[in-house]
Amino acid sequence: MTELPPYARLLGLSEDPQADGPPVLVMPFADPVLGRPGFLHGGAISGLLEMAAIVALRAALDGEAARIKPVNVTVDFMRGGREHPTRAVGLVTRLGGRVANVEAIAWQESRDKPIAKARMNYLLVRNDP
Amino acid sequence: MHLPFDVQRFTARGFGGHGGRLGIEYHAHGADWCELQLPYHPDLVGDPASGVLASGPIITLMDMATSFSVWLKRGQFVPHATLDLRVDYLRPARPGRTVVGRGECYRITRAISFIRGQAHDGDPADPLAHVAGTFMLTEA
Repeated sequence: MTELPPYARLLGLSEDPQADGPPVLVMPFADPVLGRPGFLHGGAISGLLEMAAIVALRAALDGEAARIKPVNVTVDFMRGGREHPTRAVGLVTRLGGRVANVEAIAWQESRDKPIAKARMNYLLVRNDP
Repeated sequence: MHLPFDVQRFTARGFGGHGGRLGIEYHAHGADWCELQLPYHPDLVGDPASGVLASGPIITLMDMATSFSVWLKRGQFVPHATLDLRVDYLRPARPGRTVVGRGECYRITRAISFIRGQAHDGDPADPLAHVAGTFMLTEA
């Protein structure tokens, strides 16, 4: 897996070694990611989703050194984030020549009960001629 | 019963939790808008090669600025949760620059608050992000 940037370290992210399939990121429930008392901050959940999307996109690019430029993101919040670790995984729905469409989902105790979901569009700047 | 919302008092001692960890501070406010600022810090970088901020801190800044704009427009603090938030990244934030996020609440109903906002890093006429979204009152 590519090394996570400083912002991912601020969120406390690590890759879940138990997960099968695409990389799953885990964010601990800790003060630096809290919002209103007892709940995760929506911005921290969004940050986790974006990191999961980028990790999935890097995996889909399979080592190609393309630059990834975020165009936009839409986050839907379904449940409050409570005192549990939060997991997130990204899914590349389409990898095109110039654009990648990616989704990411975050959950706590059960993957069937997502706490948030995001859809992102990325512009790809590929280096090959 | 809810207390009147005094944004300067609310932010006087800075923020705890995620907003505090990011270094977000009060900047300015009006009747239905609030500006918060995010000073540049290496811990917030998403792309070490360029030094550009990650998108997460911008989302948090805008979530908080728009959240405050809701309480200003409603004239009181009411518990609410973000229902959805869309962010368009118009251009990368310049490394080293403080980002100012302006949130505006343009419509409220009994349960839903509609918000929009922009972020810039020095020139409000040259925004780096545009947001739109909704909050839902959790006690309505």
